[in-house]
Amino acid sequence: MNFRFRSYYIYVAVVFIGLIYVLRLLEIQVLDDKYSLIAEKISLRKQTIYPQRGLILDRNKKLMVYNEPVYDLMLSVPIKLQDIDTTEFCRLVNIERSEFDKRLEKAKRTAYHGKAIFIKNVSNVIFARLQERLYEYKGFFFEIRQDRNYKYNSSSHVLGYLGEITRSDLESQQESYYEQGDFMGKNGIEKFYEEYLRGVKGESYFYVDKFGVNKGIYKEGKLDINPKDGRNLYLSLDIDLQQYGEGLLDNKMGSVVALDPKTGEILALISSPFFDPANFNIQNRSKHYADALMDPTKPMFNRAVSAPYPPGSTFKPIMALIGLQDGAIYPETHFGCPGYYRLGRRIIKCHGHTFNTSLERSIASSCNTYYCNTFKAMMQSDKYANTEAAYNSWRNYLESFGLGQELGVDVSGEFKGWLKDASFYDRMHGKGSWNYSRIISLSFGQGELGMTPIQMANVAAIIANRGHFYTPHVVHRIEGVNEIPEKYRVKHRTMISPTTFDPVIRGMLLVNESGTAAGVSIKGINIAGKTGTVQNPHGKNHAAYMAFAPAENPRIAIAVIVEEAGYGATWAAPIANLMIEHYLKPDSVLISSRSYLETRLREANLIPEKFIRKSDTTSNAH
Amino acid sequence: MHTKSHIDIIATFLFLCIATLGISSVYSATSEFGVFSLFEGRSGKQMMFLGIAIFIGLVFLLLNSNFFELFSWPIYGAIMLLLVAVLFVGSDINGARSWIKIGSFSLQPAEFAKYGTAFAVSSLLSTIGFSFYKKADVLKLIVVILLPMALIVLQGDTGSALVFASFILVFYREGLSPLLLVLGISIIAIFVLTLVYGSLIFSVAMIVLLGVVFAFTYTNKKILLPSILIVVLTILLSLSVQFLFDNVLQDHQKKRIQVTLNLIEDNQGAGYNVNQSKIAIGSGGWSGKGFLNGSHTKGDFIPEQTTDFIFCTIGEEGGWLLSSGTILLFVLLILRLYHMANRAKKKYKRVFIFSLASILFFHLTINVGMTIGIMPVIGIPLPFISYGGSSVLSFTVFMFTALKMDASRDEDLTSEF
Ligand SMILES: [Zn+2]
Repeated sequence: MNFRFRSYYIYVAVVFIGLIYVLRLLEIQVLDDKYSLIAEKISLRKQTIYPQRGLILDRNKKLMVYNEPVYDLMLSVPIKLQDIDTTEFCRLVNIERSEFDKRLEKAKRTAYHGKAIFIKNVSNVIFARLQERLYEYKGFFFEIRQDRNYKYNSSSHVLGYLGEITRSDLESQQESYYEQGDFMGKNGIEKFYEEYLRGVKGESYFYVDKFGVNKGIYKEGKLDINPKDGRNLYLSLDIDLQQYGEGLLDNKMGSVVALDPKTGEILALISSPFFDPANFNIQNRSKHYADALMDPTKPMFNRAVSAPYPPGSTFKPIMALIGLQDGAIYPETHFGCPGYYRLGRRIIKCHGHTFNTSLERSIASSCNTYYCNTFKAMMQSDKYANTEAAYNSWRNYLESFGLGQELGVDVSGEFKGWLKDASFYDRMHGKGSWNYSRIISLSFGQGELGMTPIQMANVAAIIANRGHFYTPHVVHRIEGVNEIPEKYRVKHRTMISPTTFDPVIRGMLLVNESGTAAGVSIKGINIAGKTGTVQNPHGKNHAAYMAFAPAENPRIAIAVIVEEAGYGATWAAPIANLMIEHYLKPDSVLISSRSYLETRLREANLIPEKFIRKSDTTSNAH
Repeated sequence: MHTKSHIDIIATFLFLCIATLGISSVYSATSEFGVFSLFEGRSGKQMMFLGIAIFIGLVFLLLNSNFFELFSWPIYGAIMLLLVAVLFVGSDINGARSWIKIGSFSLQPAEFAKYGTAFAVSSLLSTIGFSFYKKADVLKLIVVILLPMALIVLQGDTGSALVFASFILVFYREGLSPLLLVLGISIIAIFVLTLVYGSLIFSVAMIVLLGVVFAFTYTNKKILLPSILIVVLTILLSLSVQFLFDNVLQDHQKKRIQVTLNLIEDNQGAGYNVNQSKIAIGSGGWSGKGFLNGSHTKGDFIPEQTTDFIFCTIGEEGGWLLSSGTILLFVLLILRLYHMANRAKKKYKRVFIFSLASILFFHLTINVGMTIGIMPVIGIPLPFISYGGSSVLSFTVFMFTALKMDASRDEDLTSEF
């Protein structure tokens, strides 16, 4: 029997299978692009190349902030660990075996973009040790990013810090520049000038094998982008002055702000207690953050721009200026002071000084009576229909000084201070049923008035400039950019005309010549200042002082607050005057009484008992 | 009588095309951008084996045309001895004891077993008076086939043992009742349907089917009893398949079957290889990513990439054009071999060449089918292409033996068909 015909069935079967396979191949290779997409996802990797973040330097080009690489130990996805000596690996990275398993589980859960973090911020030692043996541990690789490090344990409140981008940051960004895991400026200068400092990230595309090992450049690098380094930033801070002031404020709660009145540049901005900025970089933050938050002296709180203090007597020059400008008093106006101001049955005390008080003397000896009278004259002036109208006018003058509003500084945490609307007193006393006597303490800087140290320093700058100011700022120059932001180049005028300032400045000069600060005056520098001792319902008085110098050509305006310290003349004025001298005459050899004063200030511990934690041995690194 | 022998140009050409494709694919799958040259590493070895095999093949061409027929049984016997020997002196690789180490060279007797068995089968079927209806003949045939299969299963290499199923096609061609083929296909169908739908639904469906058949043919009482018998048998088979699957098979075996039948999605475990393989091939597109540019192949995502999954490299780097071209080359070679078998004048030669064609057909179907996810993962190589000395050597020598038999066909007297 001939079965040759059966061969033909088999031929058909062969052709049939061949056809099915060719069609199946057509389906998965040509018609369905699912597999191409998956293949790219699996084997194509985008590596972000992080640029160098811009350096931060002070006004004299002294380097303050630089970059330091941090290494994240990463795992490539899909996570398939094979043939690795786990025990040896654990030894190399210094973790327990159970910790290894935990991290592996977590990595599997949190993987994104084809990779997962296994250990964050590996130390340099572990990096060096593991790097040379990394080929033994397929799937592991390092990602290098730039963290910050600091030349000086200083200026933490100005500099701010970096942090990893949060989900809400990611969602709210407009240009989709950031990706999960990126660092960005979270606070301070790092945040305000993020756009300049960060540079532009680069990208490089390559193929990886199943262990994430680089297997070659994708499309000869056609899609790759070179990173652009960030711009260096020069701050207006004078790091010498800043550190000098920080030393004087050591073991005190308080703040110093020093400005260049001609430009509005911030020469020093101190909030004490402060923290070492290096403690708040990416690598160290977790160790220090909770501790800093728990500290009752609030080192994270930037008193210089966030804390409103009643200005106390430092307000008197402002009151004098408003009184003069508004016509309530004249430069020649004298008021008699019996040592108190009588208000019906109430008595407002003054200090012992000569009875007949001129404008200049009222500033030098800080006479309360003079300002109660001035304020009363203004509030009851015929110019105004009623007290409310007079109050609103007074308030407008203050607003022109930048009070009761945010100045718009490039320092984080700015608060607008306290300056009440007339409606506040309406609510308190009833509409139309309050007059000057209810609010008389405003005239000498007490009551519902709050100024941040930077606002106070700005007032000193306004007086130094005889009526105008530039918004205070710490940016001095951005490398590669011609000008600093426009808002810091705009001249703001107050409602006080320049000639009005003369008698007030004369009074402020007297403060250091023969007035409240005569004991701490600096020979050879004409300092115009005003002390203040601010009543504090919660404890000892706050010491306050504002000044500028030299009076004939002001180069520095300064405000100092020392919380719960006592007299402004004892604690605030010497700090400011020493700083003025340090700035204006950095080379002058200090005479012995100066160095005594310096030592006294440095060594004084004025942190109230109630804020000192029992376990606390070091409140400050200085 | 002397006739000028000339070897079949078409088959030789197709073989050379496929073998060249094999070397370049192995090279591409192993080369690491300039680390290897073509003559080093696995592609170098592959070339060497091919060279040795072709040399042996050329020597075969010079042999007397009756050499193989005379030495069929000694060759078969020698290879069976190797299969036994491997059980005792073999070394374990990947859980299978299929290798005999001779110096730095590892021999895999299972690859040669197909070749040896083809001789024995050819010899047996061409015995004068052989019939599929003689119990003694069939018994001999079963022993000749089952012996190597059993020995290979004992080595732990089930995949290679399954290849012997290809001989069914040879027997069918030589007069085995097609019922056996139908039966085989039915058993596979019952197996698959049971695993997909479960034996209960399968049984119910069979009974309903029986009812429908009766409803239309109630007048024909002759088919009543056989129909009931068939349904009962299929249900029994289905139940035993279910039992076997639930109670006898191990988890990884179950999983492998389920993944193949698309019953479960498992891209990490048993399905990982197939999934990665599909991704590699699927990402090739029309014309592929270019020679040496297969990112997935380069990425080492596919296990057994130079051996069982070599088709991925072809699919990824050569795209649809090259992978279809490869299949076309195989289909043409297989058809050509069948044609050569049918033009042989001696039954012995016909069976032998037919065996080679059928084994190639089986390998192609299973190997390519598994890489594109429509056949279960059975670890057998793609002939002439997959890396492996034993595989290249045995298939090439097999090929040349067939070419020699075909070339000397004019010397033969016509025998029965
Ligand atoms: Zn007085």
